[in-house]
Amino acid sequence: MTALDRPAGVAVDGDRDARGSRPVRRERGVVNFLSHGFLLFWGALTVLPLLWMFLSSFKSNAEIIADPWGLPGALRFDNWARAWGEAHIGRYFLNSAVVVTGSVALTMLMGATAAYVFARYEFRGRQLAYYLFVGGLMFPVFLALVPLFFVVRNAGLFGTWTGLVLVYAAYSLPFTVFFLTAFFRTLPTSIAEAALVDGCGHFRLFFRVMLPMARPGLVSVAIFNFLSHWNQFLLPQVLLQGDDSKWMLAQGLAALSISQGYAGDYAQLFAGLTIAVIPVLLVYLIFQRQVQTGLTAGQLK
Amino acid sequence: MKHGKIPLIVTFLVPPLLLYVVFVVSPYLQAFQISTTDWLGYSAEANPVGLANFRALWHDDYVWNALKNNAILLALVPVFTIAFGLFFATMLSMGGRRGRAGVTGVRGGAFYRTVYFFPQVLSVVIIAALWKEAYHPTSGLLNGILRVVGVSGPAWLGDPDTAFWCVLAVMVWANVGFYVVLFGAAMSAIPREIYEAVLLDGASRWTTLCRITIPLLWDTVQVAWIYLAVAALDGFILVQLMTNGGPNFSSDVIGVRMYDTAFGSETKFGYASAIGVVMFFLTLSVAVLALRVGRRERIELS
Repeated sequence: MTALDRPAGVAVDGDRDARGSRPVRRERGVVNFLSHGFLLFWGALTVLPLLWMFLSSFKSNAEIIADPWGLPGALRFDNWARAWGEAHIGRYFLNSAVVVTGSVALTMLMGATAAYVFARYEFRGRQLAYYLFVGGLMFPVFLALVPLFFVVRNAGLFGTWTGLVLVYAAYSLPFTVFFLTAFFRTLPTSIAEAALVDGCGHFRLFFRVMLPMARPGLVSVAIFNFLSHWNQFLLPQVLLQGDDSKWMLAQGLAALSISQGYAGDYAQLFAGLTIAVIPVLLVYLIFQRQVQTGLTAGQLK
Repeated sequence: MKHGKIPLIVTFLVPPLLLYVVFVVSPYLQAFQISTTDWLGYSAEANPVGLANFRALWHDDYVWNALKNNAILLALVPVFTIAFGLFFATMLSMGGRRGRAGVTGVRGGAFYRTVYFFPQVLSVVIIAALWKEAYHPTSGLLNGILRVVGVSGPAWLGDPDTAFWCVLAVMVWANVGFYVVLFGAAMSAIPREIYEAVLLDGASRWTTLCRITIPLLWDTVQVAWIYLAVAALDGFILVQLMTNGGPNFSSDVIGVRMYDTAFGSETKFGYASAIGVVMFFLTLSVAVLALRVGRRERIELS
């Protein structure tokens, strides 16, 4: 984790002008050209499929089949309308928005309170409880999939959004607690002590002093959790089987991708995918630095 | 200052702990118990059968076939991803012209990083659906290129000989950007003076990478390897959505086996849990092995 304290986007600063002697410069020029070649190649490999998806979302099915590389003849927004309405991507989009809002809020509340206690209070069993949480980082979700299905069903939460919100939050706790405990520990203790001396209660101290101070850490984890909940497929696939009016966006897209194989409506699928990519792209571009630090720290658990 | 402390600890800790124990800890524990029964799911009857499920697993050719594919993923995905990741990260942080500063990043490095990283924030579902279309034999992106060159492309995902490799390539594609950023961040923590000294001594770029950068990044590489190995043992969503293990089980992985056993036509929950338990130990041993084999003397910077 040592290297991750700094934001990932600013690895090396300078493109300062080279002022070396001439032969050195020519050699650099070749190397520079080569490295740009490789870098551009991978950049193209990353961007092209996404660009292709975006362009195809405006094409007619005939155009897509005839010429995968051609530009759309017109901006056909009816593809988008069809994906949003007929394929119910709009509904799934809103479903996901509701569930993810709930689950991120719950995760942050539970994660922040637990992490705060672990970071700032001494009590018996603290280590044990902390490692119980953090141990969850080790195991992939799908090992617990079968029993989880029954736990949720027996709790009467099968096929409900409440169940999904609780499960999302539960599986996000290990990372959230781990990250925020470390973050709360970095905050200065003197302010908290001063507040307590001034007669501030422990609860007020947390909500009025500590939470605002922890904002940068909270934002990073919240974005991390937002992305992982928004992209989650396995849990809703198992816990929201059946009633497709309640589905999450990822389920809807998977179903659309499979049905496209029979129906042959490529344009609708591409439009659906584009609709799903746009919010993620926006969040990514706006919070790029937090996303990169959050995710890199998140996977170095 | 003591008063008010206990209520806070209780109200702050009990709800998360309860949620966590009910939905995370208890399922993991139950998985072990269920794996020793012949439970067929929706009926209440679950007879203890001891290790019979595990014996059946040992003779299950489909499971072995899936495990073989996971083993290939385990061998290749981390190697390719880490190699590409290191290569591009090196290019980005050291590919630039050498000025007085000795080593500089390439122009537009931040831009490249932004682009490379993007697949990491996309849902696996989107990646799978997108690439499934890109591999499409007639309307796909790949065969579109090949047609321009005048070659009629293969069926990609439709061909048992290529389907698995197509999925493997997508796995690498989706992961490389993340490791470029990760290794880039780790490289930026290496003091520049080291590189300046090495360059003064006349070392080539390749020597610098192999003898300086990689040894100094070893901890990060190790973590990357573990994470990729765990991902390679999974690979479930990508395979299920792109090929569903086909054609003819050629791209099957253990995750798909488990999912089909539990939630497919027959709901053999006991047997599926046994697969889960085996996966659990495989994942654990791969992680431990990676830590053991990769252990080296730690190099402290500064």
